[in-house]
Amino acid sequence: MSIEVSHITKRFGDFVALDDVSVTIPSGGLTALLGPSGGGKSTLLRIIAGLEYADEGTVTIEGVDATDLPAQHRNVGFVFQHYAAFKHMSVYRNVAFGLEIRKRPKDEIDARVRELLQLVHLEQFAERKPAQLSGGQRQRMALARALAVEPTVLLLDEPFGALDAKVRKELRDWLRRLHDEVNVTTVFVTHDQEEALEVADEIVVINDGRIEQIGTPDQLYDEPAGDFVMRFLGPVTQLGGQLVRPHDLELRPDADGVGIRGEVTRIVRVGFEVRLDVTTADQVVGASVTRAQFLNLGLDVGSPVRLVVAPNATTVDVEHEVADPLELVDA
Amino acid sequence: MADVLVDDRPTPAVPPRAAPPRRPSARQLERRSRVVRYALRIVVVVYLIMLVGWPLSLVAQRALGNGLDDIKELFADPQMMHAFKLTLFAALISVAINTVFGITISILLVRYEFPGKRLLNAFVDLPLAVSPIVVGLSLVLVYNSRSGWFGPALEGAGFRVMYAFPAIVMATTFVALPLVIREVVPVLQEVGTDQEQAARSLGANAFQRFRRITLPSIKWAVIYGMVLTLARSLGEFGAVKVVSGNVLGVTRTATLAVEEKYLNFDKPGAYATAFLLALVSVACIIVVSLLRPKDQG
Repeated sequence: MSIEVSHITKRFGDFVALDDVSVTIPSGGLTALLGPSGGGKSTLLRIIAGLEYADEGTVTIEGVDATDLPAQHRNVGFVFQHYAAFKHMSVYRNVAFGLEIRKRPKDEIDARVRELLQLVHLEQFAERKPAQLSGGQRQRMALARALAVEPTVLLLDEPFGALDAKVRKELRDWLRRLHDEVNVTTVFVTHDQEEALEVADEIVVINDGRIEQIGTPDQLYDEPAGDFVMRFLGPVTQLGGQLVRPHDLELRPDADGVGIRGEVTRIVRVGFEVRLDVTTADQVVGASVTRAQFLNLGLDVGSPVRLVVAPNATTVDVEHEVADPLELVDA
Repeated sequence: MADVLVDDRPTPAVPPRAAPPRRPSARQLERRSRVVRYALRIVVVVYLIMLVGWPLSLVAQRALGNGLDDIKELFADPQMMHAFKLTLFAALISVAINTVFGITISILLVRYEFPGKRLLNAFVDLPLAVSPIVVGLSLVLVYNSRSGWFGPALEGAGFRVMYAFPAIVMATTFVALPLVIREVVPVLQEVGTDQEQAARSLGANAFQRFRRITLPSIKWAVIYGMVLTLARSLGEFGAVKVVSGNVLGVTRTATLAVEEKYLNFDKPGAYATAFLLALVSVACIIVVSLLRPKDQG
């Protein structure tokens, strides 16, 4: 029971950023707040950190009511999307900042800073200024800085959003391994479902100021609570009044006579995957098969085919009509 | 009857197809932009020379016309030394006041929202918009010891404001008011609040954030603002003329002395004084420009 958020509401003028949100974030875990931009996840994170104050509701951190506590007394580490590096200080002084504020003895500070710089592999950059570091290095420095004061909770606001794709993936893995080593309760905000699925122990899906679902990555992917969660966490296509994963659609020869009949109207090959548009009587459905399966089926544009939903496939009722045949998740 | 339409008109002679106009080559475009760049630079340099450089150099010429004699004469004159000291003290006090209030007002304008903020922003520019003579007159109206708002009360408390040192300081401070603020505000806006929030999350209270994060981030803007304030304060004439009384050896500042000398046909003295005033200001600006690290805006 590390962080308890209870009935938090936050408004910015007329806009309701968070609407009666309650969630309990487990101690020692790596939790993701996942959702589309503007959904309220960053606001929630900042309220937990004390950088914003809620209009209603309470925040409890490790049993202590932190609702009205200013940020500097909450002992939370915060990592910003754009690093928030102290530009006029060296990497060393950046990491040492929190300890200097707490007036720790010099040798204690030195030992801790060196330890952390080693942890994030920035030892040889100790005397450089942040401007001389790459984006990934700056973010590692920011992490070291946040961890220096041994915070109760580590909060990261889209920490890899400003980095390019390759660095993002590297730091993602690195964050997971760091967490396994350091084990502090960590909450990070992201709009990238792949990131959340890969890194987090538990995911809280937030949309429009409300929590859609809380669960492990497997739970969210295999047992989505509804339309939004299913669409947000993976590709979907609509068959009849149901949402189903494109790879859960089995393509059978027309002669089999089962399922829904349609005609292949488009074939796109993407790497190992082949995506097909199948036009049925009333919709265009997107299916996805492996290249081997595709070759076995011997389909071409114009071929008739039958669509069957695989047994045990996840389906959910449609709440909002799907615009494209195969609605992919935006990266 | 022809059922096939045939165009029997004689075909006009078709002129040979004109060659399409040649597009300028990359090198030609390069050269054109280089010419424009140099032209602009020349225009700017000429403008600065005609308006600023040449007049100043003429003053320097006249001042140093007799070598350093005219300047040495100034230093030998106790009244002049008093004038210099008066100007310097008033300028330094103006710099001190404007730095403290300037930083405070800048932070207020950038980091906080409050009713009347736009009005405050406009007021900050007022001293630049208003003629210094008007500034002087308004100070007289408020602080004169007979009919001013505060004058009689202050006089009663033994504090003579008008036609004395305090009035000179007020006038000098007021005309230089916007200088620090206009340097600091854009820098504060650009730096943003991220660093301060990070410092907050790391446990820093307001004063610690100000000292360790905010102040260092605006350091060069403040310094440059202070230098401009010093230069402006040293050179203030109009407002000071109205409020000071211009009593020799008591309330005559260096700028007033320049006018006095010029009117009394002591041209060498006037030029020498003016030269010294300009020298200090220009020297400050040059020093700061050289010291300022290149990456700071």
